[in-house]
Amino acid sequence: MENYAIELKGVTKRFGSVVANNQVDLALKKGEILSILGENGSGKTTLMNMLSGIYYPDEGQILINGKEVSINCPKDAFDLGIGMIHQHFKLVDILTAAQNIILGLDGGMKLDMKKINQEIDALVSKYGFDLTPAEKIYNMSVSQKQIVEIVKVLYRGADILIFDEPTAVLTPQETERLFTVLKKMKLLGKSIIIITHKLNEVLEISDRVAVLRKGKCEGVVETKDATVESLTELMVGEKVELNIQRSDPKKPEKRIEMRGVTVRNSEGLSILKDISFVAKSGEILGIAGISGNGQKELLEAIAGIQKVDSGEILYYPPNSTTVEKLSEKTVREIQNLKISLSFVPEDRLGMGLVGSMDLADNMMIRSYRSGDSRFFTDRKTPRKLAKKIVDKLEVATPDINTPVRKLSGGNVQKILVGREIALNPDVLMVAYPVRGLDITSSYTIYNLLNEQKEKGVAVMCVGEDLDVLLQLCDRILVLCEGKISCIVNAKLTSKEEIGMYMTGARKAGV
Amino acid sequence: MSTNTKKISHKTLHLTKRDSIATWKAWVIRLIAVLLALIICAFVIVGITGENPLNVYSGIIDGAVGSKRRIWVTVRETVVLLLIGVGLMPAFKMRFWNLGAEGQILMGGAAAAALMIYAGNLPPVLLIILILIASACAGIIWGFLPAFFKAHFNTNESLFTLMLNYVAMQIITFLIVFWENPSGSNSVGIINSANKGGWFPKIFGSDYTLNIIIVVVVTVVMTVYMKYTKHGYEIAVVGESHNTANYAGINVKKVVVRTMLISAGICGIAGAVIVSGASHTISTSTAGGRGFTAIIVAWMANLNPLGMLLVSAFLVFMQQGAIQIASQYGLNENASDIITGIIIFFLIGCEFFIKYKVRVKKSEEDAA
Ligand SMILES: Nc1ncnc2c1ncn2[C@@H]1O[C@H](COP(=O)(O)OP(=O)(O)OP(=O)(O)O)[C@@H](O)[C@H]1O
Ligand SMILES: [Mg+2]
Repeated sequence: MENYAIELKGVTKRFGSVVANNQVDLALKKGEILSILGENGSGKTTLMNMLSGIYYPDEGQILINGKEVSINCPKDAFDLGIGMIHQHFKLVDILTAAQNIILGLDGGMKLDMKKINQEIDALVSKYGFDLTPAEKIYNMSVSQKQIVEIVKVLYRGADILIFDEPTAVLTPQETERLFTVLKKMKLLGKSIIIITHKLNEVLEISDRVAVLRKGKCEGVVETKDATVESLTELMVGEKVELNIQRSDPKKPEKRIEMRGVTVRNSEGLSILKDISFVAKSGEILGIAGISGNGQKELLEAIAGIQKVDSGEILYYPPNSTTVEKLSEKTVREIQNLKISLSFVPEDRLGMGLVGSMDLADNMMIRSYRSGDSRFFTDRKTPRKLAKKIVDKLEVATPDINTPVRKLSGGNVQKILVGREIALNPDVLMVAYPVRGLDITSSYTIYNLLNEQKEKGVAVMCVGEDLDVLLQLCDRILVLCEGKISCIVNAKLTSKEEIGMYMTGARKAGV
Repeated sequence: MSTNTKKISHKTLHLTKRDSIATWKAWVIRLIAVLLALIICAFVIVGITGENPLNVYSGIIDGAVGSKRRIWVTVRETVVLLLIGVGLMPAFKMRFWNLGAEGQILMGGAAAAALMIYAGNLPPVLLIILILIASACAGIIWGFLPAFFKAHFNTNESLFTLMLNYVAMQIITFLIVFWENPSGSNSVGIINSANKGGWFPKIFGSDYTLNIIIVVVVTVVMTVYMKYTKHGYEIAVVGESHNTANYAGINVKKVVVRTMLISAGICGIAGAVIVSGASHTISTSTAGGRGFTAIIVAWMANLNPLGMLLVSAFLVFMQQGAIQIASQYGLNENASDIITGIIIFFLIGCEFFIKYKVRVKKSEEDAA
């Protein structure tokens, strides 16, 4: 009994008619790293939210260190030594790391920042973090913010740490660093739960793996006995083939061309410098780079959302000799020209979708202007489309009138990708299309991209998983500090070579 | 707390934000708030007057619906409040905090009064149409400034609209000097009391039929506009996220300005409904705080027009009732404000309980 940090017994949580967790029994041993694996919408986040006091179980018991507890609010969780690092960080941008760490803690009247800084420094060196307590959050990268979140829960004395998809937003190098920290924590006696969709990470970091399927716990296995195949089978419930079939581009034609494009941000710094390249129909052009090196701006410039300072972006329509200059057009003008540009942005709920609107209304975001009437919206077509996407991509949702915000992370992405592909694009741009998706959904998306490519669409894909980019793309463009460091044939390059171009260790033509 | 036992029990309050709440539960909480407010009001009134609280309640009912005339006044006030609420709806949906309804009403009212004074002899139908158009335009002018500056310079619209209320107030003060009648009275008096030029006509035996028709038409049109039109959809998207709007190819600046003009235009029309349809005069209290009360109306009803009708009716009912008790028991006119104040306090306060779940938790601890 005593060696379990957490025991869940028959925990059930319902949202209306949706059973998110169904009679889940699960235990976390003291001092172990337990992975939780499961398809999108299988109830992983919901289960963890019950431990961190965000939701309260409808049925079942929670035991912490052998004692039955009732966790009503996040503070209860803290008092029990449970700290959760959510996928969406909850930090105040204008405060420093140290201020965020102590935010919400009880304390005396006087705030002894010096002592606090010392305590934080002690934690930082104990676990080997890379953190400056006095730095403001808005100056930090995603992985630095994550470190702040981790230090925050450690500072509050958490012994049980829960990570919800911590690596989804990290580069491979950052993931490596996070795992070093996790191992250190384990050595120091912390118990850890980690949710991730990346099976190789599960195999690398965890001691045991728990698999959830449709809200039920399908079993817990020792990691040393598991393989990618066995875990996938347990997760999906049947054997699945996981491979990407890459065909050779057929009749590639110029579709998009950038000529010497420079983009500056509001402070006048150039984010993209003198970018020139061509994207062709019938091929997938991968865009690799450490995050924040201009990938976002590159796609947004083509979509007309990002203003271009100099240079031009040209579009060559299929079966026509005219050339359209996209760099001088707004999103609206591009749409009016019937240029079919689909774009799946990185920020799904902040740009691609509206969280509080239902599935059907979200279908119209890019096409609400169409329809017979000048004045009234056409809601029938989007409803049909929403139904079609839900069926085709197996989106887990009660119905199409559910606000998108209530869907699980992966299902949100399916809705977005499904909508953009349904526009029948000539050019399809996707940013991190499988971030947060489970393994089968990821392959569904890869296959969709391939399908589009075979239909003659020019596909551009920003990705972070180099293994996948190498298998999926025909050519790979590597960005480093806003410049193109090379464009290589994906079949003739290696992960290592791209890695070197990404960090600028190698430059084009060298 | 008992100190002679070894255990000390602590009671702590736990607040948790609700994820969502069933609509019926929210309304039950509001109903409880109203009942509590009524009980507190009774205590206050009984404390002041020493009357039986039941008499006080019957006084309230009597004041609101006690006679045909009173019923009509309650209806008239309800529809005006609803109209302003409907005016705020598109702006609020866009998360544009139009706190300037008060000023927009005053400017609309001033336009109506001006036409009544200078063009009172025009054919009645033409004059009323002109009044409605002019008051809408006056409201629009008053809404244009904050909308333009918000769209192009991202100024804070709540402050801007709020300050324009005071400017509008000053303009009305000036106009009163200008239109004073009889001179020396420091008021405009009833305009065109002889020929009733520009007054809303009696239809089906009631002075206020046209008020109701205007409000119903505007409410229905705006409901359809928000729910079924492309503009309405744009407003919803802009309200949620400017990034998404840009992505969708929505011209955010244009939508912000256009929507605010609609909002202010409707508030301007409300000014005409008050001046031409009810008071037939203009003063600095023509808007009478309705521009602010309507914010509560719009907010509590979650921008749902039917809900707004219910909330307006309730608030006006209580307001009229309070006025009646105040005069019945010879209280100062502020007494009725106190009563409405208590009710509004409870109504706003209960929104907290709709957003948050409160749990009292007992925990026992060994005494130190
Ligand atoms: N607040 C909510 N209201 C209604 N339904 C919800 C809510 N939160 C989650 N759900 C539903 O519960 C189910 C489980 O969701 P959960 O977020 O736990 O999945 P997940 O396993 O974390 O998925 P992912 O890997 O995509 O993040 C989903 O079907 C989801 O739609
Ligand atoms: Mg999740």
